[in-house]
Amino acid sequence: MSNGHADPKSIRIPDGHDPADVFERHRAELERSRRAATLLYGGLFVLALAAAVYISNFYPDKLAAGVPKIGDYIYDILPVLDPALLFAGTKTEGSIAYWYFNLPKYLQLLAETINMALFATIFGAFGGFVLCFPASRNLAPNGWVYFLCRRYMEFCRGVPEVIFAIAFVWAFGIGPLAGIVAIAIHSAGALGKLFSEVNENVDTKPMEGIRASGGSWFDEIRHGVVPQVLPNFVSYTLLRFEINIRASSIIGFVGGGGVGQELYYVINFNFYEEVSALVLLIVATVTCVDLISERVRHRFIGRENLVRENLA
Amino acid sequence: MLQIHHLDKHFGTVRAVDDVSLQIPNGQMVGVIGRSGAGKSTLLRLINRLAEPTGGSITFEGQEVSTLKGRDLMAWRARCSMIFQQFNLVNRLDVITNVLLGRLNYHGFLDSMLKRFSLAERAMAIYALDRLDMAQTALQRADTLSGGQQQRVAIARALMQEPRILLADEPIASLDPRNAAVVMDALRAINKEEGITVVCNLHTLDTARAYCDRIIGMQAGRVVFDGTPDSLTTDAAREIYGVDGLDEALSESVTSSSLGSPDDGAEPRRAAVA
Repeated sequence: MSNGHADPKSIRIPDGHDPADVFERHRAELERSRRAATLLYGGLFVLALAAAVYISNFYPDKLAAGVPKIGDYIYDILPVLDPALLFAGTKTEGSIAYWYFNLPKYLQLLAETINMALFATIFGAFGGFVLCFPASRNLAPNGWVYFLCRRYMEFCRGVPEVIFAIAFVWAFGIGPLAGIVAIAIHSAGALGKLFSEVNENVDTKPMEGIRASGGSWFDEIRHGVVPQVLPNFVSYTLLRFEINIRASSIIGFVGGGGVGQELYYVINFNFYEEVSALVLLIVATVTCVDLISERVRHRFIGRENLVRENLA
Repeated sequence: MLQIHHLDKHFGTVRAVDDVSLQIPNGQMVGVIGRSGAGKSTLLRLINRLAEPTGGSITFEGQEVSTLKGRDLMAWRARCSMIFQQFNLVNRLDVITNVLLGRLNYHGFLDSMLKRFSLAERAMAIYALDRLDMAQTALQRADTLSGGQQQRVAIARALMQEPRILLADEPIASLDPRNAAVVMDALRAINKEEGITVVCNLHTLDTARAYCDRIIGMQAGRVVFDGTPDSLTTDAAREIYGVDGLDEALSESVTSSSLGSPDDGAEPRRAAVA
């Protein structure tokens, strides 16, 4: 029947084998299976959420009762500052200098923390770089190597840094070495996974070109893959550096060196004012490093894009 | 002499290359023609060993190459260079480095990882580029070049391998007619001047006729024609391309029949079937 906008002769009546009909049937089928999946996984999610609430005692009344107490501790660690004596010397109670009397030590520990993060990031990036090629589905020389590298990286990043640090404190003694090794291992696992995902999106034509000219697997990786993925690797490594700054300021809690050790000490001994002094300093440092490394990273990516556009 | 005996390559139930036997004397320029999916690419990849044969054998100068492994296999690939439809250069490296990558087989692990090439090799690379009129681009990144230029860089890389055979897998299918002519002229010059055997997959009849000493026609994995360009009759072409494809192939012959010699600079042959 004609409704004005089409020639009725050109409309084929669907007879069950009509392409449009077949398509609609297929679509309805797909929609049904999708809806079933949504319901199933949605239901599982709600169940998991309920279990989490139950296990963690995440109840409104508990929250309401606990929130004011958060303020208590914060109030305790706040320094007593006297506006009139704010810029007096280290011996005068109520001055900033009195509050931060231990600043030289803090700064030294913060420098140590940043150094730990730096070394751990460098070693971790190196480890991730070595592991990521055999751990990429498209590059792995064989299934066994791929499987082993994947599992090894999972182990590296699956175990929390703090656990590694405890083990290494036993081995190397209290100090930054244990922290560096712990964070480096975790970074190697985390970066290796990110790197291998970059590798899996690589254009394989250059590799084929190198293989066809008599290059080995290492030649293919070195000349066919690395030039393509290196900018992304650098970007991820800088991002990891930001994360490692935070990690290395905590790792001292278990004896892994850096500012965390001092923080643990002042918290345990209830040196309230020193807790706030140290925490503020750590927050400021982490923020600074974050900002700087983000700038470097964006500049790097930006320059890459710029170069590409200019040449294209 | 490159000898191929009863070569097979099966992908599941598909016989991509089916019982192919050929003898190619040194210094010949061979065009392999056929429709898409006729097995042309697979045949070339089998010769270079980018693909593993299911059965049969390939020998070069009496040496069995279809069972080579490890370093011997890499050395064979170096002697039997290959260029591709998509050029397969490393886009992010400059042209001279791309050309030098053709020398990898002559270097050890450390040289390769550190990109250590000799002064003589760099000179060799520049001469190879210069011969293809590409020396002025040596320090540009490969992805700044046009398709035709990239293919010439790929040829320069292939020459760096000091090959005995050059396999070209649809070298002009991604190029416009002008660049296609430049690339085909270069391949023929290399064949004539260096005596390097060239085996070139081509989509169209007329290009093969214009450039090759010998034409091999493939259809469904089998060789259905093997002879000189003159002996390629309409009947033979029909068998290679099928009845539908023949019209295409012939109409192309007509459009490019005015070309005569490939060197005359007139609008050259069409690069690919649309």
